[in-house]
Amino acid sequence: MSAFFTKSMARNIFYGGTLFSVLLFLALTLHTTWALPKRDHRENLTEQVARGKHLWETRNCIGCHTLLGEGAYFAPELGNVYPRRGAEFIKIWIKAQPTHVPGRRQMPQFNFSDQQLDDLVAFLKWTSEINTENWPPNIQG
Amino acid sequence: MQLLQYRSQAVAKPYFIAAIGLFVGQILFGIIMGLQYVVGDFLFPAIPFNIARMVHTNLLIVWLLFGFMGAAYYLVPEEAETELHSPLLAQVMFWIFLIAGALTVIGYLAIPYASLAEKTGNNILATMGREFLEQPLPTKLGIVVVALAFLYNIGMTVLKGRKTAITIILLTGLIGLAFFFLFAFYNPSNLVKDKFYWWWVVHLWVEGVWELIMAAILGFVLLKVTGVDREVIEKWLYVIITLALITGLVGTGHHYYWIGAPGYWQWWGGVFSALEPLPFFAMTIFCFNMVNRRRREHPNKAATLWALGTAVMAFLGAGVWGFLHTLAPINYYTHGTQLTAAHGHMAFYGAYVMVVLTIISYAMPRLRGREVNPERAQVLEMWSFWLMTVSMVFITLFLTAAGIVQSWLQRIIPSAQSFMAVQDQLHIFYWLRELAGLVFLVGLTVYIYSFFAQDKPQTVESGEARPVTT
Repeated sequence: MSAFFTKSMARNIFYGGTLFSVLLFLALTLHTTWALPKRDHRENLTEQVARGKHLWETRNCIGCHTLLGEGAYFAPELGNVYPRRGAEFIKIWIKAQPTHVPGRRQMPQFNFSDQQLDDLVAFLKWTSEINTENWPPNIQG
Repeated sequence: MQLLQYRSQAVAKPYFIAAIGLFVGQILFGIIMGLQYVVGDFLFPAIPFNIARMVHTNLLIVWLLFGFMGAAYYLVPEEAETELHSPLLAQVMFWIFLIAGALTVIGYLAIPYASLAEKTGNNILATMGREFLEQPLPTKLGIVVVALAFLYNIGMTVLKGRKTAITIILLTGLIGLAFFFLFAFYNPSNLVKDKFYWWWVVHLWVEGVWELIMAAILGFVLLKVTGVDREVIEKWLYVIITLALITGLVGTGHHYYWIGAPGYWQWWGGVFSALEPLPFFAMTIFCFNMVNRRRREHPNKAATLWALGTAVMAFLGAGVWGFLHTLAPINYYTHGTQLTAAHGHMAFYGAYVMVVLTIISYAMPRLRGREVNPERAQVLEMWSFWLMTVSMVFITLFLTAAGIVQSWLQRIIPSAQSFMAVQDQLHIFYWLRELAGLVFLVGLTVYIYSFFAQDKPQTVESGEARPVTT
């Protein structure tokens, strides 16, 4: 870089550019906040869904699964597991773990009560109804 | 010869040692997980995959933070030309952070996660169980306390001393790091909002303010080993961090494509994040330029190698591998596949692991009372550089191949297959990845051994006694 471009010019561009980017990002965030209620259907976000999310977190499900594509890549995507498998299958599956099939990936047994299983399913159902711009591409997640 | 210009720089040493120790733990758990990918029930139920992964990623974050703090304690006094504000505070915070980190890992391994959550106040303020932010509440609060004390210490040192672009950029990055971590405490029951602001910690750290810290550390080491004019280096640093923040801030949008946020993020995120390789490219040009224009031949060849390696690998891992799947039409098929894992591995290694190893390589000999390591130790260190770097390249290539096949079989072809059916067909890639991981471990072993390597005693052919020259 030649002499006409000085350090103080570079510094001023940094401050100006950063300020501009922060404001742009905040403006977009503001618009998103305003647009979200129609996309996340928060009118359906019941106490039960909130309890389900709490169970999801305190069992560290994200340590193996992805949820809307985020998490670990060791076990199936669960953002659309509700339409893929249905409520009954999900509950039976969780209760049947671990499979103890030699050499297969194992999921721990969490000893959920029936109500906790319903809470978890409610959370997964609510999640599957988020407008995700048609992601994932198909039912396999 | 005075190796440390300021005595208080010595507080950096335990930070670097702890960083390397935790690095070893991170790699061991990585190898366990790599094996679990193919031998699914390995160590189950003693260490389920989710626990191993939590230990693997959390150790990474914590040891990088140790590295950043050590770097700051080492370089800020030298840049500010004054002793550290409070060496005692730095030492106390070291032990608090180390003990909190160790207790957290023990908690993960010894207690079921749900009980850990219950015992540590997660019912009062639920913050746990989100990727990378799995730490119990007391640990998160501990991180805040340590970060504030650290910022106070570094900030006071900068304020009372000389203010250089390197320290200003470093401090800006560190303040950003502490600020954005506060979003770890925001966990609404609305998953979309939760995810949206979760990225304010994760993305705005690694693709935002951490790049400032990285640039400052690289700039400092290059200043020392090349002897190039400070004005030139600092001008470059401003250009790099300008590019980093202009692309990285709005570039956050590339995480907002499929999590419930409006569709326009596909454009905003796509365009800006497609430019995210630019700061890394500038960093590469910068590093090679400075080394080519060097005014001295610094005897620490290993440190120079690490600095150049950081620039190249950060560009490949964060820049190129990020770009591969950042555009929405591609990401639609690759989101959350092994391609994401490939990018994550090379980006973290290339940018942040390597920059911490760069400053350790430069500073550690001095902290141990010598300008540079003995020749043989440097050769071993450079061997470890190549072993770890090349094996990380292969880990990335194998995971990339796995990710492409996975996207194809699971998401693209008309008769798409289920997740586990696809995983069964990826075993060959996972075995190769595990092999590359073991080579990485060998490299890490050589790296640690290099700290203890001495030059072989010269064979005294002439029969004369030689004076000790150290």
